[in-house]
Amino acid sequence: MTNRFLRITFLLVGLGLLYPVLGSADTPKPVIHEPEGEGVKCVHPEEEMKRNHMNYILHQRDDTMYDGIRTEKHSLANCIDCHVQPGKDGKIASIETEEHFCKGCHEYAAVTIDCFECHADRPQKFINRGGKNNASLQQDLQTMLSAGTASGDQ
Amino acid sequence: MSANKSKVAVNNSRRAFLSKTASTAGMITIAPGVLLHQVANAKPDDQPISEKVRWGMLIDTNKCEKGCTDCIDACNAEHSLTDNGRPESDTQYIRKVTLRDKSTGHELSLPLMCQHCETAPCVDVCPTGASFTRKDGIALVDKHICIGCRYCMMACPYKARSFVHEAVKNQTLSAPRGKGTVESCTMCVHRVDKGETPACVEACSKGMHDAMIFGDLNDPNSKISKSLAQYGGKQLRADLQLNTAVRYRGI
Repeated sequence: MTNRFLRITFLLVGLGLLYPVLGSADTPKPVIHEPEGEGVKCVHPEEEMKRNHMNYILHQRDDTMYDGIRTEKHSLANCIDCHVQPGKDGKIASIETEEHFCKGCHEYAAVTIDCFECHADRPQKFINRGGKNNASLQQDLQTMLSAGTASGDQ
Repeated sequence: MSANKSKVAVNNSRRAFLSKTASTAGMITIAPGVLLHQVANAKPDDQPISEKVRWGMLIDTNKCEKGCTDCIDACNAEHSLTDNGRPESDTQYIRKVTLRDKSTGHELSLPLMCQHCETAPCVDVCPTGASFTRKDGIALVDKHICIGCRYCMMACPYKARSFVHEAVKNQTLSAPRGKGTVESCTMCVHRVDKGETPACVEACSKGMHDAMIFGDLNDPNSKISKSLAQYGGKQLRADLQLNTAVRYRGI
């Protein structure tokens, strides 16, 4: 009896018929981190952008590269300016994390994006300009601070 | 075709009008002459570049101070060129070159960058078409299709191009650059398209050196053309007949 019951169960599992009972009925959806603020509208309707955003960006890319056309509407920079904003913790998501607007979907769909190997993944004002300049600034600050404490002691 | 022509004609008259008004306004209010030029050459964002313009630079080596790196610093900041501590392979858009006359001992210093040749060797040899010159004469690398073969680096007589060996982070929004592609001076194309001057030229005039002039070589009334007409300027390796857009005086 038990044997028969098991056999039928395995058969049903094999046919996927028990899926609604055992697992969740919904396919998991990607988590998309939308920009904050109401009334912010994209340059095209959402459905259009979901399907064709890559074509708009590609077209604009060549127009900019070869003809120097620098309209904002379909530029990658414009996308980033709106869609990549700091979260509630005040931190901005980098392209390496799933919280990034582009990464959430692309990770889900397993589509690699190369854009951000060269292009900035966040608006200009959030770019942390590291390197030599920043280091020398830090050093300057340190010397100023140590000079300040030294004079305070005297 | 005729529609195109009339469009160009309208633009020209507007440019002439703008340059007149800008220069009169500028005489009163703005001190550096560079700013006047910016207004005069502003192109609407949605208009393509025109082959009627040829952007060029004139560098006066007599005014270029030895040891001064204002132009290089400005360039590095503008394009977020990071220093990995490996000068042999780190990207350099501008190199400061010192020339010494053996007989007299006279030394002169000059910034050397992409010369933006009209018939550029880098464009000739590029196997993918990534190296190209824009209609307005600016030589660029389309990094989207560059495969990093570095053939252009071999072909360039000015050693102007660099290869990005290491992953890049924190690029500026207007100067995308990344590992595996070749790059060089873009004559600050993102600024030029907005009617501004390249970062190096701006830094040079800000530092009160005024050794660099940027402008339209095709426009006889531009500052650079007038200066070239009056005092002349040489191309580096003129024997190669590349018709470079960067000219030097005092060499």
